[in-house]
Amino acid sequence: MSTTTDTRVANPPGADPGEAAPRRKVKPSMSGRAPQDTPAGKWTYLLLGLTFLLSIYPIYWMFVIATSTDAALAEIPPKFLPGGEFMKNLDEVFSLQDVYFAESLVNSLIVSTVVTVSVLFFCSVAGFAFAKLRFRGSRILMVMVVLTLTVPNQLGIVALYILMGYLPGEGGWNGSLLAVIVPGLVSAFGVFYMRQFILGAVPDELIESGRVDGATTMRIYWSIVLPAVRPALAVLGLLTFVGSWNDFQWPLITLGGTDYPTSMVALFDLASGNYVLYRRVLAGAFVATVPLIILLFVGGRQIVRGIMEGAVKS
Amino acid sequence: MRGLSHRLHRFDVKHMPYVLIAPFFILFAIFGLFPLIFNGVVALRTWRLDDPAQDGWAGLANFERLLTDEDFGNALYNTFGIFVLSTVPQLLLALCVAFLLNRRLRGQTWFRVSMLLPYITPLTASTLVFLVVFGRDTGVANWVLSVVGVDAIDWRAGKLQSWVAIATMVNWKWIGYNALLYLSAMQTIPRDIYEASALDGATAWKQLWRITVPMILPVVIFTVVLSTIGGLQLFTEPMLLDSNPASASGGSNGEWQTIAQLIYKVGWKNLNLGYAAAMSWALFLIIVVVAVVNTVLTNRLGGGKR
Repeated sequence: MSTTTDTRVANPPGADPGEAAPRRKVKPSMSGRAPQDTPAGKWTYLLLGLTFLLSIYPIYWMFVIATSTDAALAEIPPKFLPGGEFMKNLDEVFSLQDVYFAESLVNSLIVSTVVTVSVLFFCSVAGFAFAKLRFRGSRILMVMVVLTLTVPNQLGIVALYILMGYLPGEGGWNGSLLAVIVPGLVSAFGVFYMRQFILGAVPDELIESGRVDGATTMRIYWSIVLPAVRPALAVLGLLTFVGSWNDFQWPLITLGGTDYPTSMVALFDLASGNYVLYRRVLAGAFVATVPLIILLFVGGRQIVRGIMEGAVKS
Repeated sequence: MRGLSHRLHRFDVKHMPYVLIAPFFILFAIFGLFPLIFNGVVALRTWRLDDPAQDGWAGLANFERLLTDEDFGNALYNTFGIFVLSTVPQLLLALCVAFLLNRRLRGQTWFRVSMLLPYITPLTASTLVFLVVFGRDTGVANWVLSVVGVDAIDWRAGKLQSWVAIATMVNWKWIGYNALLYLSAMQTIPRDIYEASALDGATAWKQLWRITVPMILPVVIFTVVLSTIGGLQLFTEPMLLDSNPASASGGSNGEWQTIAQLIYKVGWKNLNLGYAAAMSWALFLIIVVVAVVNTVLTNRLGGGKR
């Protein structure tokens, strides 16, 4: 990854000033170096390795139980190697009548995909408007966006449920995927993030020259802004997908007890009731986790970058 | 024709910006702002899910009931207990991990990405794993304790142990994430500050507390606020620690029932939405107060001005 050139051109808000400045030559003496220039010693690697093991162990343990028989749970010391029962356990999960596990995976995929695509589009056009277009009230409206970032969303959850009951459709929107999708279609964080990125990534002259050529605002967005903000779209898209996939409380309230759960709600159903078998529960949990592990594997770099940039901005 | 294209151009310049930001504001107004305000109205009514006809004006009755509600007091106590047990170690350990990551590392990207494994794991899934890990008879946690010679603990039998179990889940999930936030702030500290202090003979330990921590204080405060907001709204962990999650009772005697969980129970199990709305408001108020207090405290402790 050519970070130096990337940040130079894009100069996102989180760009590390230490990186942008020409790199100092690392001095030969240990004492004078900043921590980030000091090579890590054995202990650092050892402790980081330990941190890594603690991070991955619960996920690994989930897989061990998911692939084992009931007896595995009673083993002391705990079973360490996975067994060969994964398909059998999974088959049981999928065939449980009142859990709708297979449907729930499809539902989660639909919800997360629609929400992600929509957030990317609406937040990038709004971010573009706030970063590069002049209009009355833009400053105060942007302040409002930032303020909405700080409001805990749980506060309005009771009223949101009542509101959903009054929306058009049989019995309102509660119990349908619409109730989970529509409130997630935009995000204040997304608008804020895209604005910050576009401010640095798209030179004003480029937009001016587009104007001179007679391009409309949407044309400028499409051919100048969009290509320049791809990295930010990747970051925002990944974070949004993960957040949407993992959302639990609101989906439980509005979809709980229906035939259309998301996978998080289905996991909850799987762990409730009188015949809870943990090899089943964790087989289901593992299946719901795998898509995100794959995402981390593919886009981990972008996710790390998004989180780290977000920190410096705020 | 010229007139039309001229007009189109004027529309494009003058009004297009509003068209572009409109979807955000419209959707936010309906599904974000309106519920917030409407929640205040619901809190003043006797809004019941099972019997809409009962809906009527309640005045401040819901709020008065809050003051003497033992369940609410208990949930408040639990929420704060778990909050302290999860936030303080979480942020301190995150600082340690960030300190480790802030070196020239081989496989740097790999280490950073791996720190996000807990963050990316669905909370429901990881909580279900910990549910098994904290099992009384054959859980891994008790096995580890037995190796170091400590008797098995019934993690669901009392307040302190159940709080510790929940705090462990929260810490596990968020330490790596916060470490990355700290790391990113650490890397913006100008190198010459370290070089100058090294000339003065400062050790790495002194540098950490005299340079690194004060310089990343704004991000520390940010994480304190974030974890306050998150920590006081804990829902998934207490819900799923229960052997019967659907009851939302947080233990047989409400040992670890949090406010968010109680709101769910009052609203969707007892079907009293008006009272649940009042609780939401109380929770919001508590969050604001605690966030402000924590910000001031952190600022003082970290050596910031004011």
